[in-house]
Parts: sequence; structure tokens; C-alpha cells
Amino acid sequence: MVNSTLKSEVRNLNFHYGDLHALKNINLPIERRKVTALIGPSGCGKTTFLRCFNRMHDLYPHNRYGGEIILYPDGINIVSPEIDPIEIRMQISMVFQKPNPFPKSIYENVAYGLRVRGIKKKQILDEKVEKSLRGAALWEEVKDRLYDPAFELSGGQQQRLCIARALATDPRILLFDEPTSALDPTATSRIEALIVELKKEVTIIIVTHNMQQAARVSDYTAFMYLGELIEFDNTDKIFTTPANRLTEEYITGRFG
Amino acid sequence: MKDLKKLIRYNKLWNYLFMIIGLLATMLGLILLCALMVDLAVDGAPRLSYKFLTSFPSRFPEEAGILSAWVGSFLLLLVTALAAIPLGIAAGIYLEEYGKKNWLTDIIEINIVNLAGVPSIVYGLLALGLFVYFLKFGESILTGGLTLALLILPMVIMATREAIRAIPNLIREASYALGATKWQTVQWHIIPYSTGGILTGIIIGLSRAIGETAPIITVGALTFIAFLPTSPISMDFPFVSFKWLMDPFTIMPIQMFNWVSRPQKEFQLNAAAAGIILMVMTLLMNGLAIYIRYRFRKKIKW
Amino acid sequence: MDGKKHISDQYERELQDVKESLLYLGAMIEKAMGKAINALLERNSELAREVIAEDDQIDQLDVETEEKCIRVLALRQPTARDLRFIATAIKINGHLERIGDMAANIAERAIILNEEPQLKPYIDLPRMADIARGMVRESLDALVNENVELANKVRGDDESIDALNEQIFRELLTFMLEDPRKIHASLLIMQIAKNLERISDHAESIANRVIYMITGKIVRHETPLKAQDKQIA
Repeated sequence: MVNSTLKSEVRNLNFHYGDLHALKNINLPIERRKVTALIGPSGCGKTTFLRCFNRMHDLYPHNRYGGEIILYPDGINIVSPEIDPIEIRMQISMVFQKPNPFPKSIYENVAYGLRVRGIKKKQILDEKVEKSLRGAALWEEVKDRLYDPAFELSGGQQQRLCIARALATDPRILLFDEPTSALDPTATSRIEALIVELKKEVTIIIVTHNMQQAARVSDYTAFMYLGELIEFDNTDKIFTTPANRLTEEYITGRFG
Repeated sequence: MKDLKKLIRYNKLWNYLFMIIGLLATMLGLILLCALMVDLAVDGAPRLSYKFLTSFPSRFPEEAGILSAWVGSFLLLLVTALAAIPLGIAAGIYLEEYGKKNWLTDIIEINIVNLAGVPSIVYGLLALGLFVYFLKFGESILTGGLTLALLILPMVIMATREAIRAIPNLIREASYALGATKWQTVQWHIIPYSTGGILTGIIIGLSRAIGETAPIITVGALTFIAFLPTSPISMDFPFVSFKWLMDPFTIMPIQMFNWVSRPQKEFQLNAAAAGIILMVMTLLMNGLAIYIRYRFRKKIKW
Repeated sequence: MDGKKHISDQYERELQDVKESLLYLGAMIEKAMGKAINALLERNSELAREVIAEDDQIDQLDVETEEKCIRVLALRQPTARDLRFIATAIKINGHLERIGDMAANIAERAIILNEEPQLKPYIDLPRMADIARGMVRESLDALVNENVELANKVRGDDESIDALNEQIFRELLTFMLEDPRKIHASLLIMQIAKNLERISDHAESIANRVIYMITGKIVRHETPLKAQDKQIA
């Protein structure tokens, strides 16, 4: 693969929670402006892997990274101890499993990432907030009540607000950790449509328990099992003719 | 079928039995409290008047009032609050958000819990040694206030920690994931979201402090004071004075104790009247705590 | 299917059920083909009428099988090998139904031929019929046993059918040139041979689908010969 289409490249990534070897020698390319889905049974390490990309593991003690996650085009190693995790999180945003808006107004939720970056000018904030809310397909629904508390929104709207919050800082990669696991089917469809829309602008990595969701939204799918990357390929290849027996057993529902 | 009905009847019997026992247990406490309040009210109510609040203690029961006592209690609480709140909140935040989980923080944690259970007289002895003899603050409002601050500090710390723990981890992660530092997270999220819980803890601490007698006697509060501390605000430059901090003082419970220990029946009535006021103050503070908790609960949802 | 069973027994049973329906349909069709050819060889019009009557049952089973497949698609959203199996089953089902129609066609023509004196002893036609039936059977065996080699063999057999058809055609052409009264019977026989040839084409298609089902490779536009070469290489 040509480097210019790569946004990131995982090389021999290892991760330890204390004595637990949670990720084992993972190698994976992340294509620019594509959706890469991580699937696998519970405890396979897919969320752990995702959280390496924005160094969330640094928030808790006894976690150790090995290997590299190279971020292109500058070629820095995301998991290098010399790199400040805050520097990484400024560039790579995350949307969580449950909608987690701050108990503040809709406006303040979106503006938060900008305030963290010291932006105070109302005009810039206003513009960015609108652009991000539009990007998250939420603007039309909330433009008349930007200063209402975020928790008055429905679950699906809250999750789109979280996406807007993540978009406001112009991330280079957007991470989704099972973003629809707490949502109803309609809200789920909207988020999925949004993800497909967003990939025009930003590289996306999504962890999902829902294989059909991976099939619907992603361009590439990585199947993980027991901390290892078992198979990585085009999504349609994985879902029609997976090469690995374990992958096949998992996606056809024969895991037992 | 019949056996089943019998079994259910039998099981329900125990259910009702406990309901009655529980109700009696609940009522007992409430009835005693009510009896106490009614007794106080009957004894003290006739003595309650504007004059009672604005008079100094006196040798004559009908002329005696609680002016110096409630002013003393108020100023004491002011010092207590000013000292305990920043210290307690800072310590609570440090322990929850910054402190690494290791044996040292474990020991600190156990100690704080234990300190909350130490008898208040022990704090009085500690304060006597530290503030009166070592730091030479004298038998002053400052000493009294700091003593009570020490007393409620563990409560404030624990309330702060509980309030912070109630904030879901997802909120912290959301903040950190956007590139916030620890302080940005604490400043913009942890403190605002835990304010309700912290304030509640502080007020409950203060309402306990207002009734404390033993440590204040230990550090040498006077029992009979017929003057007020120096006014904190004056007409002359620099308009604010801190001299009152070093003035001697008395507080409500001590005033009451003083009256109760006298032989005349009239002084007993004065004590009852002061008791009503003290009780009302405590209830008002607790009410305020409940209101604040309600307000913040309504404003913040996860 | 080899390998582990589904976590959901119900799903497993549904897939099994589709497979059994296909095999049942295959068995009915083989029987119909045999009867149709025998009706011709033994000049037994009664047998031929049975074949025509039974075609309704085949059509009925075809519809049922397709409904089962669509149900699985709608309710289970199959993936990977299950998806390939169901997609293949729908296609194979269609091929089998067409083969059934052709057996009925043969039977219809046999009835008319039986009204006339026998043109000549049949030699190539029964051989052709045997090969075509064999191809249908083997393509279904390949499905059951997930046997790529067998499927590839079926794809090769089509060659000999084409050769036989050609031979019958030329032979009948000479009959027709010699004696115009034989034209009617000759044309009917030609049509029967054509039907057999098309049956073998459907069998070959089934084999192609089976190869897709097993390997995920779509081979139907490669010539069987090439596939055979690969097998040899």
C-alpha cells in the first residue's frame, strides 16, 4: 500500500494492563478518510486497542505500551512515552459507548474542546459550534435552544452532540467506541448514516459489537480475538469470504 | 393450593410484624424529639423577644439576653467555614483526582475516616496545645474557630470525596479525550458538578460545629461576656479590622450551660429560650443543605 | 456443512432445512428425468403423463424452498459461508426448477413420439440422458459434501454432452434428407436432445454455484476447460 493513502499504521503494538498481556503484536494499516471497524467477541481487546489511539490508558496506572502507532503525515509514534498524551488527544477525538454530554448547555458542550485550547473569542466559538453541530446533523434540531441543558436532548441527540463535540476540534482521526450500544434502532441508523457522511472529511475507527453495523458503515474490518488481530481486509471480503476460520465462525455466529 | 395459601399467610404475617416493629422504632425517635421540642417551647417561648436577642447576659434573669452568645457563635462559624472549606475541598480533590492509589493514600484515607470519629474534647486538647500555647492565639475567636475547623475538616473532606466520586468516570474521560489537563478537568467539571454535594457536607458540618461545647470550653471560651468583639467594619481607614479575631468570646451552648448551672428557675427558662434559637438555627442550616442538594440534583443529570 | 454449529440451534435447523429441501427437490427431478427418458425408450405414455403431473409438485417445492431462503435472509442476515450458501441455494433452486420443466418437456414430446412408429433404435439419446442425470446428481453431491473436485468434474462433463448432441443432430439430419416423412419425428427427437443438453447446462451452472459457495470465487465465466487445466496443474 502506498503511504500517502495511510493515515496511521500500527506496527507490532503490544499493550499490558499490569501483568495482563492485552494486545499482542498487532499490525494494521488505517486508511485515510475511510472507516475501519474493529470487531470481535467481548474481551478480545478491541476497545483496549481503540483507546491506544488517544492514549486513554495513560489516565490509569500500571498500563504499558509496546511497539508503534505511527500517525501520518508527520510520522510521530502515538504510543511513544516521549509524546505527551495531551498532544495526541488534541488531534484524535473520541466518541464513547454511552452518550456522555457534560451537564452544561448544548453550546458549552460543543465549545468545550475549543475552550481547552484557549479559544475565547465569541465569534470563533459561535462559528465552530454551528459548523460542528451541522457536521453532526444536529444543528436543525437544536439551533433555537443552544443554551438549554444538554441532558434535555434524547439519547440519540446526545450522542450526536458528543460527535459534534469531538468534531469541533478538527480531529485527524475520530474514534468511536460502540457509539450506538445505548441507542434505539432509529437513533442507531442516524448515527450510522452520519459516520458514512463524516468519512468524507475525517479518518474513522469504530469498535462495534454489532457486526451488521460494521458491515454497513465500514470500508475495512479487523477481526480480533484474545488480544490478537486475526484477520484484516475489505469489509465486503470479510463478510462474504473471510480467509480465516475463526473469523468465519465469529461472523456467522458459530462461536461457542 | 390450600397449603400454598397457608404458606403465603404465614409469610405475610412476619411481613406485617416487622412493619409494626419498624413503625414503632421510627415513631419512638420522632416522639422523643417532638416531646423535647414541645418542652423547650413551653418553657422558653415566653422569654423569646427582641430584647432577649439584643441584651447581654445579666445577673437578673429577666434582663439577661444572648447578644454576645449568638454574635460569638456567628463569628466562630465564620472563621470555621473560612478555614475548613478551602482546606477540606482542596484535600478532597487532591485525594480523589490527583493522589495515586498506593499504601500512603490508603493510610491517609483510613486516618481521615477515624478522625471524624474522634471525640470532640480531644480536638479541644489539641487546639489548646497548638493554637493557645504554641501559636499564642490566646483564648480568642480565632482559636475557637480553628478548633471547630479541625473538628469538621474530616467531614468536609469526606463530603467532597463522596461528591466527586458520584461524578461518572465517563465525564472525566470525555474531558480528557478532548485534550484537557487535569486542572482544566477539575476546574470546569469536577468542582462545578460536585458543588451541591460539597456544600451539603459543609453545612451539615457547620451545623454540628454550632452545637459543640466541649472543645470550646477547653480552649477557654468565657462563660459570661457583657461586651461584643471589636467591629470588623469601622468608619476610619482602612475600614476593615481583624482585631475581633483575637477578642475573647462566648457561644450559645456555653451561655446555655452557664444558665442551666444556676439555681434560679428563671435562668432555666432563659436556657430553654436560647435552646429554641439554637435548634431553629440548626434546623435552618439543615434545611438549607437539603434545598441546595435538591437544586443541584435538578440541574445536573448524568 | 462441516465445522462448528451455530450458537442458535434454530438458525442451524433453518439452514439444514433449506439444504434438505434442495436435496429433496433434486431427488424429485432426477426421478422425473428418469421417468421421462424411460417413457420414450419404453414407449410408455402413461409414465410420461405421470411426469407432467408431478411437475406441479416440483414447482410447489421450488416456491417453498425459495421462501425458506428469503426468510433466512430477512430474519438472520446471514454472513460469510451462510450468506454464500443461501445465495447459492436460491440460484440452485431456480436451476432445479428449470430442469424439472425440461423433464416435463421431454415427457410431452415422448407422448407424441409414442403415437408414431419408432424411427430408429435409440443409442446416443439414452447415453446423453445418463450423462445429464449423472451431472445433476453429482452437482448436488458436490453441494452436500462441499466437494470442489466433484463440481469441477461436472463442469467438464458438459463437453461430452455437447459432442453427443452434435452427433445426434447430424444423424437426424441425414434421416430427414433421406425421407421427408421422418422430419416430424426427427425434429421431436432433436428437441429432446436439446432439452437434455440444456439440463446439462443447468447442472454445470449448479456446479459453478457450488464452487462459489465453497471457495467464494465466481467461476461461471471461466471455461470449464480452463478450470480443468487448473485442476490438473
